[in-house]
Amino acid sequence: MADAYDKLIFELSSPGRVGWSLPEADVPEADVHKLLPAKHLRRDAPDLPEVSEFDVVRHYSRLSRMNYGVDTHFYPLGSCTMKYNPKLNEDVARLAGFAKVHPLAPEASAQGALQLMHELAWDLAEIAGMDAVSLQPAAGAQGELAGVLMIRAYHHSRGEKRTKVLVPDSAHGTNPASTAIAGYEVVEVKSLPNGEVDVDALARTLDTDVAAFMITVPNTLGMFEPRIIEITELCHAKGVQVYMDGANLNAILGITRPGDLGFDVCHFNLHKTFTTPHGGGGPGAGPVGVKAHLEPFLPVPVVTKDGDEYALDWKRPRSIGKLQAFWGNFGMLVRAYTYIRTMGPDGLRSVSDNAILNANYIMKRLERDYDVAVPGPCMHECVLSARRQKRLGVTATDIAKRLLDLGFYAPSTYFPLIVEEALMIEPTETEAKETLDAFCDAMIQIAREAETNAAVIHDAPVTTPVRRLDQTKAAREPNLKWTRRG
Amino acid sequence: MASRYIANTPDEQKRMLGAIGSGSIEDLLVKIPPKARLARPLGLTPALAETDLIRHMTALAARNAHADSHVSFLGAGSYDHYIPSPINHLILRGEFFTAYTPYQPEASQGTLRSIYEYQTMIAELTGMDVANASIYDGASSLAEAALMAHSVTDRREIVLSRAVHPLYKRVTATYCEGPGVRLRDVPAPEGVTDLAAARQVVNATTAALVVQTPNFYGCLEDVAAAAEIAHAAGALLVVVADPVNLGVLEGPGKLGADIVVGEGQGLGVPLDFGGPNLGVFAAKNELVRRMPGRLVGATVDHDGKRGFVLTLQTREQHIRRAKATSNICTNVALCALMATIYLATLGRRGLVKVGELSTAKAHYAASRLTKVPGVSLRFTAPFFKEFALKLPKAPERVLPRLARQGFLAGVPLKTFDRALADCLLVAVTEKRTKAEIDAFAAALEKAVA
Amino acid sequence: MANVPRDLKYTREHEWAKQEGDRVRVGITAYAQEQLGDVVFVELPKVGAKVTAAKTFGVVESVKAVSDLFAPISGEVVEVNGELGQKPEIVNQDPYGKGWMLVVKPSGKGEWDQLLTAQQYEELIAQGGH
Repeated sequence: MADAYDKLIFELSSPGRVGWSLPEADVPEADVHKLLPAKHLRRDAPDLPEVSEFDVVRHYSRLSRMNYGVDTHFYPLGSCTMKYNPKLNEDVARLAGFAKVHPLAPEASAQGALQLMHELAWDLAEIAGMDAVSLQPAAGAQGELAGVLMIRAYHHSRGEKRTKVLVPDSAHGTNPASTAIAGYEVVEVKSLPNGEVDVDALARTLDTDVAAFMITVPNTLGMFEPRIIEITELCHAKGVQVYMDGANLNAILGITRPGDLGFDVCHFNLHKTFTTPHGGGGPGAGPVGVKAHLEPFLPVPVVTKDGDEYALDWKRPRSIGKLQAFWGNFGMLVRAYTYIRTMGPDGLRSVSDNAILNANYIMKRLERDYDVAVPGPCMHECVLSARRQKRLGVTATDIAKRLLDLGFYAPSTYFPLIVEEALMIEPTETEAKETLDAFCDAMIQIAREAETNAAVIHDAPVTTPVRRLDQTKAAREPNLKWTRRG
Repeated sequence: MASRYIANTPDEQKRMLGAIGSGSIEDLLVKIPPKARLARPLGLTPALAETDLIRHMTALAARNAHADSHVSFLGAGSYDHYIPSPINHLILRGEFFTAYTPYQPEASQGTLRSIYEYQTMIAELTGMDVANASIYDGASSLAEAALMAHSVTDRREIVLSRAVHPLYKRVTATYCEGPGVRLRDVPAPEGVTDLAAARQVVNATTAALVVQTPNFYGCLEDVAAAAEIAHAAGALLVVVADPVNLGVLEGPGKLGADIVVGEGQGLGVPLDFGGPNLGVFAAKNELVRRMPGRLVGATVDHDGKRGFVLTLQTREQHIRRAKATSNICTNVALCALMATIYLATLGRRGLVKVGELSTAKAHYAASRLTKVPGVSLRFTAPFFKEFALKLPKAPERVLPRLARQGFLAGVPLKTFDRALADCLLVAVTEKRTKAEIDAFAAALEKAVA
Repeated sequence: MANVPRDLKYTREHEWAKQEGDRVRVGITAYAQEQLGDVVFVELPKVGAKVTAAKTFGVVESVKAVSDLFAPISGEVVEVNGELGQKPEIVNQDPYGKGWMLVVKPSGKGEWDQLLTAQQYEELIAQGGH
């Protein structure tokens, strides 16, 4: 039954209610009007709600119930690795010695934090077969920007002015966007129908004007790129750097390493592979790993170790600079570190094995009722096409909405762009067989409904707090904040 | 050994492989060329049991001085403010905590509603028309504002006051490298932007003038005068402001800012050694289609019921790709939720109180600390909750001694500006007590003697 | 099959052009608006701006798609349909009439003859529009 709650916090406000507790001033002069010139001061108090603490708790508890999350629902959002987020990570991240440390505390007073960062960077470097890792990027897209900027700085240091970066048409949108911000012309490379790189076409496109080739491995169709070593060698022969989007790293832990495949740079999404929570859209963390030739260009500062002492090294004249004010999303780093220490090398390998097994199991169970984008076996996710259902008037969006009614979050839809009516399903290793079976049963039920009772799909969702929303109205008449008139 | 985060038992694996028609998981890896395979286990520390891991992590954490173990006067963009207890409990609700970007709005109304509330609160505090769902941190927000100003004005120069946080400037420089946007400085020799100099530097090539208030040194800037200078040249005014101060200080939008960015960490987000933080980003209505990041809008559902969606998405990377207004995808939604709950809890009077107490205690601290012989305020301009303190002895010699006595005394300014090598940046929030300030003054007196 | 008026000329990118004395009126075709879906925003140049044949002059957006607008001919923009700012849905409702976008005073020569005829454009969209 849908929760009919429909309040915003502003609509609960009652003048005079208080949700906070602060002491009275204990210093002689507390009147800001005597301490600060009037021209800097706000005339009226800000129009924020006046509610009790319990109002706040109940309101946000009720809002939370309007969400599906991994803790409550199977969340097969492809490319996002919506795995279980261990509770231990949260306990550890809340230790005062992590959560309440100031970024500019003297280094001598932050040795534990610096040690954690140093060890995590080495662990990630080992996992990816890279020589050095910067933990600073705040999310995958910022890791991409850092990576491409390092490639740019590298070429410049060699007196080369390359202007283009190649990106497959199957890439995540952040790849072309990050590349463009880094000052490159983005050249889209057509993939083969099975999503693999068209190596011959690539060979023709590579020239001395190409700075980098940026690709996702396994690719966005959930397939390992079989000719990847040949591809990186081809690129290197033309002086082209190769960047791996690490969004799909969950498929290859302990199985293969980007560095060993010939990649020069790769980023990590700690909020995907390394269990830091997705938080409704972040914060994430997007460390970036590089081979030795790019190491001088890493963002500053770099955490160094000298004997038993850890420090922040700022003296790096060839660095691309900084990406965020401080050292990285440290709170997320603590969680990822805790996870890696929990799993160990065998555990991480087992993560990928089971992620792959689960994805193949789903693919197998659904292959009769949906078209598979590419025949298996797949890696950690599988891409289906609803083109058969589309002919019956049922789109990927419709299927996604119907899944919500059946108690599942939806797969990624319409991505990758090269697959018609794409449904990208990533179960992750943390889901049990009975959940996968229930999901597959639901998908098969929807396939049947598309043939016999499409209305139930078109009406969906009906069990959620709201039904399908008018996106057109939202975009034509943007209403981006609450006002008293509503 | 079985992992508690993986459900499949060997028997289940066997049954699933049987269904797939594979003999082993290894058979599923056929597409990976043999020479690409890692032939050894990863060289990582072996798995630790939960109890052992807690012991290890607790030991690591114990090596860090923190806001509970020490009396902290550290600021410079990260502040030890009061965090009401409900925030942590509410954000840990799995429906918030373990959801992702609300791509399916019908199953994400909780996140969408909270972001809509957040946008409303930030617009109100900053005095702007519209706020986005968040950028990574204050520095990357400023960098995004610089790129946005470049794209809106089609001009290639950003003029920054030297009193803008130097680390924000470094981040902005990183983002401006690719598009070839140049950064120029305006001096701030007396702790506030030299506006006469700004008038000389800002011209028809300037995309934006950037000032911060209170600025890096804690001093208040004349935002209205800066706006006049920027607008006279056809440039935008970008103001960096800390929203936790805006219960007391005027919203920069009311003083002429076109874009307001800032670090929202003070709004209930833990220090966390500098991240994750909360990048605040707000702008005037006419700039909304050039804004970076996500925006939530109100609309109606099939039955006419109010609902919320991600909107104006054609600005974003997943649609506009290389021509997107920004590359940002994952932002810091959970930190924005902390800020929303914080602002709901503090409300219209609580936020004013936080600002008043911080100001009062900072001014008391300044007067008390400058009674220490040889210690003085470096700048005379009005300041808010932070100030540059000139010491008679090199700060790097004073700080370790104070740390041993339980005080994180402040941020030495030497690393940011050599001319201020004898200065310490001291921040005082509402959490500091008169007794702590008095004890700090006494300890400082001994340390500099 | 979408409506393709005979008296107009067309671009391969789905703009139409209509001769009106010494001026040319420009919009997008019925086929284009169908492909886009509900139009939510149109960004157009200002009066006085110069446009160049086969180069972009603006953008039309639906909820989940963005399309560049390409000028059929070069020239100076002498009129802009301001109503689309408030009511972009007119592009869907009346693409060849009230949903027009620009009036251009042509500066180039011979560009008109390079444009597709109604029949050629119909063939283009019959092949899937590319």
